[in-house]
Amino acid sequence: MNAFLLHWTFAIPEIWVLIMACVVLLADLYLGERLRDVAPVLTVLTLLGAAVLTFFELGQSGTTFAGLLVLDPFTNVAELFSYLAVLMVVLYSRRYLMDRGIYRGEIYVLLLFALLGVMVMVSGANLLSIYLGLELLALSQYALVAFNRDSLVATEAGLKYFVLGALASGLLLYGMSLLYGLTGTLEVRHIAAALVNVTSSNLILVFALVFIVAGIAFKLGAAPFHMWLPDVYQGAPTVVTTFLASAPKIGAFALIIRLLVDGGYGMLESWQQIFIALTLVSLVVGNLIAIAQQNLKRMLAYSTVGHVGFLSLGIVAGTEAGFASAFFYTIVYVLMSLAGFGMILLLTRAGFEADRIDDFKGLSQRKPWYAFLMLIIMFSMAGVPPTVGFYAKLAVFQAVIAAGYVWLAVIGVLLAVIGAFYYLRVVKVMYFDAPEPESGPIVRDDLASATLSINSLALLVLGIVPGPLMAFCFYAMQGVI
Amino acid sequence: MWVFDWLNAFPPLLVYLIIPLAPLAGSLVAGFGGWKLQEQAHWAPLTGVAVSFYLALAVLFQTLHGVDFYGNIYIWAVLGHLQVPIGFDVDSLTALMLVVVTFVSLCVHLYTIGYMHGDPGYARFFSYISLFTFSMIMLVMSNNFLQLFFGWEAVGLVSYLLIGFWFQRESANVAALKAFIVNRVGDFGFLIGIAAIYHYCGSLDYRTVFAMVPHLVGQTVEIIPGHPWNVLTWIALLLFIGAMGKSAQVPLHVWLPESMEGPTPISALIHAATMVTAGIFMVARMSPIYEQSATALTVILLIGSITALFMGLIGLVQNDIKRIIAYSTLSQLGYMTAALGASAFSAAIFHLMTHAFFKALLFLAAGSVIHAMANEQDIRKMGGLRKAMPITYITFLIGGLALSGIPPFAGFFSKDLIIEAVGISTLPGAGWAEFILVAGAFVTALYTFRMFFMVFHGKPRMDPYIRDHLHESPWVITVPLIALAIPAVYAGWAYIGPVGLGHFLDSSLVIAPQFNTIGEIAAHWQGAGVFLVHGLEAWPFWLAVAGIVCAAYFYAWNTGLPEWLSRILSPAAWLLESKYGFDTFNNTVLVRGVIQFGRLFWHVGDEKLIDGLMVNGTAFGIGKLALSWRKVQTGYIYHYAFAMIIGLILFMTYFVIWKG
Repeated sequence: MNAFLLHWTFAIPEIWVLIMACVVLLADLYLGERLRDVAPVLTVLTLLGAAVLTFFELGQSGTTFAGLLVLDPFTNVAELFSYLAVLMVVLYSRRYLMDRGIYRGEIYVLLLFALLGVMVMVSGANLLSIYLGLELLALSQYALVAFNRDSLVATEAGLKYFVLGALASGLLLYGMSLLYGLTGTLEVRHIAAALVNVTSSNLILVFALVFIVAGIAFKLGAAPFHMWLPDVYQGAPTVVTTFLASAPKIGAFALIIRLLVDGGYGMLESWQQIFIALTLVSLVVGNLIAIAQQNLKRMLAYSTVGHVGFLSLGIVAGTEAGFASAFFYTIVYVLMSLAGFGMILLLTRAGFEADRIDDFKGLSQRKPWYAFLMLIIMFSMAGVPPTVGFYAKLAVFQAVIAAGYVWLAVIGVLLAVIGAFYYLRVVKVMYFDAPEPESGPIVRDDLASATLSINSLALLVLGIVPGPLMAFCFYAMQGVI
Repeated sequence: MWVFDWLNAFPPLLVYLIIPLAPLAGSLVAGFGGWKLQEQAHWAPLTGVAVSFYLALAVLFQTLHGVDFYGNIYIWAVLGHLQVPIGFDVDSLTALMLVVVTFVSLCVHLYTIGYMHGDPGYARFFSYISLFTFSMIMLVMSNNFLQLFFGWEAVGLVSYLLIGFWFQRESANVAALKAFIVNRVGDFGFLIGIAAIYHYCGSLDYRTVFAMVPHLVGQTVEIIPGHPWNVLTWIALLLFIGAMGKSAQVPLHVWLPESMEGPTPISALIHAATMVTAGIFMVARMSPIYEQSATALTVILLIGSITALFMGLIGLVQNDIKRIIAYSTLSQLGYMTAALGASAFSAAIFHLMTHAFFKALLFLAAGSVIHAMANEQDIRKMGGLRKAMPITYITFLIGGLALSGIPPFAGFFSKDLIIEAVGISTLPGAGWAEFILVAGAFVTALYTFRMFFMVFHGKPRMDPYIRDHLHESPWVITVPLIALAIPAVYAGWAYIGPVGLGHFLDSSLVIAPQFNTIGEIAAHWQGAGVFLVHGLEAWPFWLAVAGIVCAAYFYAWNTGLPEWLSRILSPAAWLLESKYGFDTFNNTVLVRGVIQFGRLFWHVGDEKLIDGLMVNGTAFGIGKLALSWRKVQTGYIYHYAFAMIIGLILFMTYFVIWKG
């Protein structure tokens, strides 16, 4: 067998998703007119199949395709959660798309390609493959944002995202090229080995890191590279926003692990400084500006910036526990965002987006169960025990304190308190305000409602028994350092 | 005994666990199912308490055969080095308390069915009294200070809930609050005492702490610099402050008379028989600590004696039947406390037991009277009830004789034992204490029989409609009366040997040789009969008889005399009627002072500083900040890109300067 294809089975989940994405495309092309459910059903099957395939790979590790892709515990765990995230998006999406007459197969194809991008980023072991995955994800996302092409806001958001995204990719690529110039290799582990011989005061190397971190920060949505986030989150169709806040964040986190930890751990001290700055700015900007928002999608966008600040705390810690807690935070963030946007999806109907905070007024009278679920979601985002959001914050604080950055933890806690304000405002509006007359009836949607119930209750259950998920995250971080 | 043999098939821990859990289950059923069960809500609590009583008897028989238990069930929490277990200490003292508590509770449960019939809060009431039983059991079964504190607070909470049971009445709410707040004062001392124990012993487990006590002898602490204090005295006194609150000793007694705002069954259960004796129980349980401090014992002896006489005196001028009994309870608690001070722990527990029976009996009989009188509590409006209510009459008489210390009723033995022990005690002030305790015997008989004659004898003074409808109470009320009258008669001579003289309680109590008053009495012990005959020649008995005679003369034959007397002795009457001014002092100095102080903090500290400047000020500032920062988000791509580039350049500049 060709050396290039050695251990090609390690990439089976990626290959499966690629093939199935093409299959969905073709199936929708030929059957889509008559069987409108064919694309989503096939997508779900693809995800389940990928999960099974990934599951069989658990415990194996190694590289394949001549070191382009790597299989390790992190790959497995991150991929599994990415499938889960996309699966939820698919389950939430159906009625929303139907109501707006855009229930077409392309969106699922794009979702699958985006997922493939995430998977390649997660398993990338070479600057090229990582960049390839990133662009695959990014291009799919641009198309997804502008998917509702008749909507002016959506296309505007898509264009903004595209231009800024291109800029960020450029920054990242420039950083990578500097890195290549310094070390003469594209393979991450060789870079890591080469960096041992470069002194940490090498300014070019530091610049390379600055550019790479800037690119990552853009993808994550860390301030001051976050400006696209509110506009895109608000402008994109809510289904797409739901997706943007889910699997791509795992991909962005993978960039940190692959580029900075696998590759640049020797330069920890340098990029730690950048991350401290990113953390501080994100915490302040995210939590403060969110207070002034009237639109829930926009508020959640700023809340994302705040959450990125919190998860960066774990990265600043720079220890295995720190990365594990940051990963835990990422996964929890994904679950919370899915639930939060899922709730908006559930309340929408044709011509009504339910994305203003005022639209949630008196929800407890109109639909007590939804109000309760939203209560859990908001409590979890605010970090109120016993929800999992509390545990996620606790874990990153513990990690960052253990690493000696007590002052950073103190600032984090203070901003968490400020942040609690706007989450609790939603709760207040739901339980203490009278419903607005124009809010109208809530359309019945069993599939999305069941998904949301499971999703939200999971936040509560995981908060009560966080142990297994935490163990999973520690397993994923095995041997990264 | 054979009726308990089948229990041997079960693990003992299970039996111990069921004792508190059965009433808890009953309480939960009545509490949560009450809206559905309505008038049937009593079954679950009644069953729960009956099971508890049965098992408590079984446990008592076990301890009689020397089977004790001491251990933890599970660790509830670990805080640093402090382990907080839930555990039981089942020895003779606990077993005795268990039987007393569950027996009185069972009687009260049964009685309540008749007494509270038709009350809208019927189920709630049952839920509370079962919850109380659970809490009290947890208190007496505890093997560590924290669980003791849990039970301590839980009974206090239920007491609060029950005093304010008729929450539509303002006076009930005020009384409930008063009880709660006064107990806070006591609990404050108690909690500091527990903290001190943890500080010095490093544990809250009874046995570990008691084992540490000998090492603490002679250790001092300087609370005020330059004045070393004995650590154990401090601990003992702090714990006793808790007991003063719960067992209503002067000056923390003010809540107990007011607690009569609650329904009569709980006055019997909580404010006479069980909860108020928790302080007595606690001090007896902590005997290894108290025996190391003569100072603490002296304080206890004096406070107990003062309470015993002076609270009894107030009882003379009260006209509310329940309040008279309440002051009598205060006075009797004073006797018990005095016994504790004289190191006669077993005598205190013995009096606690007999008192529980006859005082619960008196309260329930009073309740029966109140019931028949259509909720009239003023004894001036009663009279001549003897014929209409024979069972209540007889049982009340038994209770009254027992309370007055007339042989052969139960109170005689326990009270005489206390007086004798105090007489032997060598503590400073013991002679004076003995004198006022003896004088108290006269007062006790006087107020008891003043009430008795005014209620049951003489001319009927109620309005004619009520007089025509007087009737004996239904069986659910009279059966508990009879059930309680039996031990009120015989418990004295039957148990003075084992309980009063402490053979049975020996294993639970520690008595230092220099304070061993009970041991001295036991050394000359010739049996209950001799004790009785001996008692007939002593002052307390004749004073009690004199009290009864005086009461009969004043209130049955020459009813004009008391009025004349009170005119002659008007300053004394005024002093008693104003209850020595404790309430006035509390209201004008403490309450108003605290309110003024609170108002100062409220208006200046809270409203202006914390709320105005800090909380709202910060919130306002942050809101402003948010609104202004929001403007950065212009919507123009080039602004966004600009921000990214600026961020990038700032990072690079930082590194250039940092590295350079």
